[in-house]
Amino acid sequence: MFDKYIICEDGFQNVSEGGQVVGFQLMARLPYYRGLGISMVEDLGVKIDSDAVAREAIRITLHGKTYTLDEMEVEYDDRWEFGEPGVVTVLQPGGLKPGAHTVEVSPQLRVSYLPFILKDRDVKTLTLAA
Amino acid sequence: MTQSHQIKRGVSLYSFQEEFFLRKMTLEDCIAACARLGAKGIETIGEQMMPGFPHLSDAFYDQWHGWMARYGTTPTCHDMFLDTKKFKGRLMTDDEMLASVIRDLKHASRLGCTVIRVIVNTPPHIMELAAPYAEQYNVRLGLEIHAPFHFRHEWIQKHYEVMERTGSKFLGFVPDMGVYERRFPRVRSERTIRNGANRDIVQFICDSYERGVDLDAVVEEVKRMGGGPLELGMVDDVKRIFFDDPRRLLQFMPRIFHIHAKFYEMVDDTTEYSIPYNEVIPVLIEGGYSGYLSSEYEGNRHIQDVYEVDSLEQVRRQQAMFKSLLGEV
Repeated sequence: MFDKYIICEDGFQNVSEGGQVVGFQLMARLPYYRGLGISMVEDLGVKIDSDAVAREAIRITLHGKTYTLDEMEVEYDDRWEFGEPGVVTVLQPGGLKPGAHTVEVSPQLRVSYLPFILKDRDVKTLTLAA
Repeated sequence: MTQSHQIKRGVSLYSFQEEFFLRKMTLEDCIAACARLGAKGIETIGEQMMPGFPHLSDAFYDQWHGWMARYGTTPTCHDMFLDTKKFKGRLMTDDEMLASVIRDLKHASRLGCTVIRVIVNTPPHIMELAAPYAEQYNVRLGLEIHAPFHFRHEWIQKHYEVMERTGSKFLGFVPDMGVYERRFPRVRSERTIRNGANRDIVQFICDSYERGVDLDAVVEEVKRMGGGPLELGMVDDVKRIFFDDPRRLLQFMPRIFHIHAKFYEMVDDTTEYSIPYNEVIPVLIEGGYSGYLSSEYEGNRHIQDVYEVDSLEQVRRQQAMFKSLLGEV
């Protein structure tokens, strides 16, 4: 459900802080038909050109608030809204080289009425501007 | 000549999830679209189209009632969820579950809804605890009966026992018409083929379901035909659907608060591919059902990989079918 829409087409870019490239960003949405309390987002895996990004290197920003994946698991009030593009930041000094990259995002959601963890995956080729 | 009845037409905005997700329609656009179809009953999912839920402002509720007045629509049902697994490693306590239901009762009341669709994982004893609050807020709690659950299922029977024992008029059901699937939805079988399943085996599985063949025997035949995980997975999907006898609704009629008119594919203005509404609606009329038939389009997820989804056209067709079956035309 909505798996092809997980990764947004726009928003793929390197991010700088104090003149240094500290990582890169992309935009992603949850593949589910309602918004979900953030504590129920168990994971959001990211792969770049087939290499898995370490969970600790991932930050997610939702309506201006930034979380690590561990912090998300204990956030009991805020929600990732339906169709809301979240900014996924990967801390990786130097960022990515300009050009095409294969991006994979795989959320895992703990939906209470399902007897299993909802796992979905989207893979897209995105181009990072020079 | 259709027998006289009090059945009303509405739409669950769940139907427009594709367009809302992609920001092609706003909440107001969805309401306006229903009004144009003459489907004046509006069902909503707070967690879907009302960002910030459950902390919605007075201004939001004012705007909501402004829309209802402007478009001549009526709030019908709020679809609630119970996040029993909100905390990793433990389930919600009874107090937490009850507080969650009361939160939804307050929201439904402020919207002006008269019914809540209760998600099926809500335990019977929580419904019993919530009944006095439902009465206080004057909102009825209708447990959704959605495949693979059905009226005869043990879990649903436990709920029914609570309803009968307490005698509460605020506890009942919201049946989902997905329990009347005479055929496996074509949008699902076609998607399975696009995912790589063998067309002949998929057809064999669909035919077997329609003929009522024992599905364990189908598994063996699918293996013999060379079917792998995709084809065997489809047999599992088929095991989770069924065609219940629509006349069973008559027995529960006083407790049917609202109807989820689930559909996957309106092939034209008269026919849903898998659900024979022409066999279900006459039973609702016969039983004196007086609530809403609330369109719930769920085809988008099965076709969005290759087709542009047009939920509005699908809902228009289903509403045209309802008008005909309800004798409005």
